[in-house]
Amino acid sequence: MLVTSVGKLRLERPGMVASGIMDETGPSMVRMLRSGAGAVVTKSIGSEPNPGHPNPTFTELKGGYINAMGLPNPGIELFGKEMEVASKSGNIVGSIYGSSPEEFSMLAGKMEEYGAVGVELNLSCPHASGYGMELGTDPAVIRSIVSAVKSAVSIPVWTKLTPNTHMIKDLAIAVYEAGGDAVVAINTVKAMVISPQFGKPILSNKFGGLSGPAIRSIGVRAVFDIRTAVDIPIIGVGGISDWKDAAQYIMAGACAFQIGSAVGTKGIDVFETVHSELERFMKDYGYGSIKDMVGVAHE
Amino acid sequence: MSDSVRIISIIEDSYDTKTFEFQWEEKVSPGQFIMVWVPGMEEIPMSLSKTNRIKSITVKKIGKDTQKLHDLNLGSPIRIRGPYGKGFDLKKSRNMLIIGGGVGTAAIIPAVKETGADTIIGARTDKDVIMDEVAGKYTKNLWIATDDGSRGFHGNAVQLMRKKAEEKEYDMILACGPEIMQYHLYNACVELGIDCQLSLERHMKCGAGVCGCCVMDDMRVCKDGPVFTKEQISKMKDFGTSKRDECGRSVKL
Repeated sequence: MLVTSVGKLRLERPGMVASGIMDETGPSMVRMLRSGAGAVVTKSIGSEPNPGHPNPTFTELKGGYINAMGLPNPGIELFGKEMEVASKSGNIVGSIYGSSPEEFSMLAGKMEEYGAVGVELNLSCPHASGYGMELGTDPAVIRSIVSAVKSAVSIPVWTKLTPNTHMIKDLAIAVYEAGGDAVVAINTVKAMVISPQFGKPILSNKFGGLSGPAIRSIGVRAVFDIRTAVDIPIIGVGGISDWKDAAQYIMAGACAFQIGSAVGTKGIDVFETVHSELERFMKDYGYGSIKDMVGVAHE
Repeated sequence: MSDSVRIISIIEDSYDTKTFEFQWEEKVSPGQFIMVWVPGMEEIPMSLSKTNRIKSITVKKIGKDTQKLHDLNLGSPIRIRGPYGKGFDLKKSRNMLIIGGGVGTAAIIPAVKETGADTIIGARTDKDVIMDEVAGKYTKNLWIATDDGSRGFHGNAVQLMRKKAEEKEYDMILACGPEIMQYHLYNACVELGIDCQLSLERHMKCGAGVCGCCVMDDMRVCKDGPVFTKEQISKMKDFGTSKRDECGRSVKL
């Protein structure tokens, strides 16, 4: 009942681990797969090892989390060892970040070699200078990166989009025109938190990305918008912590979804809970498959 | 969850270690930790050395960030978030022995206070022994071990534990201290058939079980720990051998 397809990629369950969550090491990705996630998207991996920003990189706030990790990762060469452990246990989607079409293509090729079932292009991180949303808010840049990666690998190429734009529909159209296989929406919302007692921003990077329940309705709207603009598989992400949140994304047009912050607030068994409750809802309300539910809010 | 608190007292524990007390209403159990920050330092995890309405952190000066904390005065604000993680289970044992090594002693003090159990404090030398007075208030049997023999037992905390375990039947060891100490302690517990709960440490970023950078094998030190059971530790290949650096690379200890 929960089986879904993102383009050609079939998933037994529609909920995956979002990039950046318990996905930097082989053993932690295996644990997430065993906890009931349909797939795990890796930490975003670049060409070289990166320590990320200094702490504070994270804090709780009303309605969610804010983080500016700064894309910490061991680099694509060493990440091969983690993939070797993880890819044997289930679907691993390799998230990658770079600064040029060539760099993205090289990273995607490595991920394919490591056994990833797809790659997710991070064109949306809001807190890394020269990467992420600094590239991914320009449709022309998206087009050149997606088409380069498409010609470099044969596994599906997903593009994760930023909500920090007035033109997310144009970004999705650029992905579609370049032959991308799916869009993932949304990454975190660029944000800031200031300590009144110190009169200073708390994150060392000053600004970061907001996640959690506070951004769910922004994400649902983005998915709805993209669905009206372009016929491409959409993976919904942003503030999902229960079946109702997941159902909203699916009804807005997503064929699968990702969960991140709720791994912290609800625990690792959030995948088991969301999937079983979503299944019960589908039975109660007469949806025979995920496909039956995708985009119903448009009808 | 996160709060700014003011320091209401500062205790000099030794030449390089200070305890900072503050009032914080959150309920905390022995062994849990908080993330601590003031501008100009990197945010770091700290175990709580007092867990009542008045709480405290105990800071050994080992680098730039801990120096920044040592520079704080009475009334200075600090930003804290938490409490995080799983602390010690104090109900599982009838006769436990509690062991603190070095500044790790701070993390076991609340458990000593709550149980009154026999306690060993280990340190390099007499002048590195901390919190022995406060521990002595809560337990009848407090033993000190120093590596150079300048005070108490001449040897390390694990050697002293082996000696005490011959004299008395313990069913559980609780400990916090350097990983090398805990590694030998764990092996001693396996050999002697004593259960244990050890408080472990890794480089942390979120502290809240989200980012996964503090994992030992597949366990998050910040959320599944920092206190782990003997059973959990028995499955950890990283324990005593390797850790993840800030980039997530595996490096040998």
